[in-house]
Amino acid sequence: MTDSANKPLTTAAPPLRAHSPEVSAARARRWGSFFYAEQVLRVMRNYGWSVILYSVGQPVAYLFAMGVGLASLVDANSEAAFGGVSYLEFVAPALLVSAAVMTASGEFSYPIMDGFKWRRVFYGPHASPLIPQQIASGHIMASTLRFLLQSVVYFLVVAMFGASPSPWGWVSAIVATVAALSFGLPLMAYAASIKQDKGQFALVQRFIVMPLFLFSGTFFPLDSLPLAVRWIGWISPVWHGTELGRVFTYGMDQSPVLTIIHVVFLVATATGGWVLVRRQFVKRMGS
Amino acid sequence: MSVGATSLLRVHNEATRSATPTESSQTSFDMNRPTVISAQNLTKTYGDLTAVDNISFDVPAGESFGLLGPNGAGKSTTMKMIGGVSQRTSGSLAIMGLDPESHGPEVRAHLGVVPQQDNLDEELKVRENLIVYGRYFGLPMSYLKPKADELLEFAQLTDKANSKVDALSGGMKRRLTIARSLINEPRILLLDEPTTGLDPQARHILWDRLFRLKESGVTLILTTHYMDEAEQLCDRLIVVDKGKIMAEGSPATLIREHSSREVLELRFGSERNATIGVELQGIGERLETLPDRVLIYAHDGEAALEQVTARGLRPMTSLVRRSSLEDVFLRLTGRSLVD
Repeated sequence: MTDSANKPLTTAAPPLRAHSPEVSAARARRWGSFFYAEQVLRVMRNYGWSVILYSVGQPVAYLFAMGVGLASLVDANSEAAFGGVSYLEFVAPALLVSAAVMTASGEFSYPIMDGFKWRRVFYGPHASPLIPQQIASGHIMASTLRFLLQSVVYFLVVAMFGASPSPWGWVSAIVATVAALSFGLPLMAYAASIKQDKGQFALVQRFIVMPLFLFSGTFFPLDSLPLAVRWIGWISPVWHGTELGRVFTYGMDQSPVLTIIHVVFLVATATGGWVLVRRQFVKRMGS
Repeated sequence: MSVGATSLLRVHNEATRSATPTESSQTSFDMNRPTVISAQNLTKTYGDLTAVDNISFDVPAGESFGLLGPNGAGKSTTMKMIGGVSQRTSGSLAIMGLDPESHGPEVRAHLGVVPQQDNLDEELKVRENLIVYGRYFGLPMSYLKPKADELLEFAQLTDKANSKVDALSGGMKRRLTIARSLINEPRILLLDEPTTGLDPQARHILWDRLFRLKESGVTLILTTHYMDEAEQLCDRLIVVDKGKIMAEGSPATLIREHSSREVLELRFGSERNATIGVELQGIGERLETLPDRVLIYAHDGEAALEQVTARGLRPMTSLVRRSSLEDVFLRLTGRSLVD
């Protein structure tokens, strides 16, 4: 008999062993935000098709309506009103930014309430080595990835419609993502502070998101509004993002100071919102 | 026992042996076993409310330790402080020698936690819940995939592996939550009211799983307001009321020290229960009058019943039973656990 014949036909698998708690803690301290982002992305995968259809369907519908419908009327009557570009070129970056902000208003409102109150999904990872700040950051990271993917798809549709003549147009997808965070993170901090749902998010949609969409220079230049309501645009991430997006998609003539102000506004509100979110998560989960 | 369960238990035994907790000079339960949890003068206040009031206890490795008390006694708050997710107001607390406030991630890496309220991810499938949770511990997929299958077998949920969580019954969700808490092979398992809201059959299945873990050497920390659960699962327990420890010991010791061997339960109707006490004086060692029944604590319940009938009293129903932790609680606090 050969040696191989003496060997068992099957080899018992070695027992499964988790790495030590010390390794778990070290990995969680370093990568915890990514671990939670992975969970959010897995959940998003469940409704991945609706995300894709929304990302493609919305720009196609809006740009078709604006580019073929409204634009033909507007361009025929007021060519110079939009800085010498077609109405479609004027409105496309605004729609791109608005879409990202609207997605942020959904992603940073009800799911946060869900995590703390309804299904309490934030408390599962909180019993693991993750800390509240990492749970918040993981949610933000996964959502940011969604905004970016959606904005890239939106930009590709914009480009297919010929509404982004500048080679720097792709930067508008990044601008839209930052605008989404600029609006979304303060909203997320607010959502994390709510203990009882009394219809606050519906009010946010109707009295904050919609006015920002309509009065942020989206469909017409902000200066065409009366001074009494122009301030809505000045404090609106949609306006700051839209103005920056126009610089990148068709090279809108704008003073460098104003461009810097747009960037500073978006980054400052996003950063401030992030600080508030972290503080609120710690307060809510670590009392 | 199934292959998966055997393997799971072996791993837990090894994990327990490899634990490196600190030695404690205050362990009264078993000096030979290292202390894995040590709480000294632990206090937690919320404004004017003192939820946990200056409690101290030590838990040696491998012990099944219970916190028994009614709702609002401070059990869950104590569990949250052990898990490092709630900050204590004063006192000291060490889990595996670490302060959970300053070493939260390190402490929680040692723990498995079964919260009072299930917080499974209902948008993920059953198996996916285990894998995602394991990722929070930085565990690789090569470990998590077979481990998830092993835990599903242990929790008797293999056939539900690819079901959505919201399709599970309450008992199945609870078992899944327990399976999830074991994904990192914890040396200490915190169970906050593990069977509340479950039907008797689901409770017994769950007790069986917990008993196997206890046998494998996992330290169980259990809160409950079910006396039978405490008696079944706990080596030792503290009776907690209004944030204070009322008594400490094994279930048998507590019953022996704070109650009689048997209890005679008599029901005379809600009208007469309150007034019949005078006529029952002198029977048994102690008498307790509740709104729905009268309890006579006696060494021999049948003999006490004979004395009752000899006095010409005719209760609507009578029952002789052994003393339980419910009686201990009643004796210590003057209230029933379900009040």
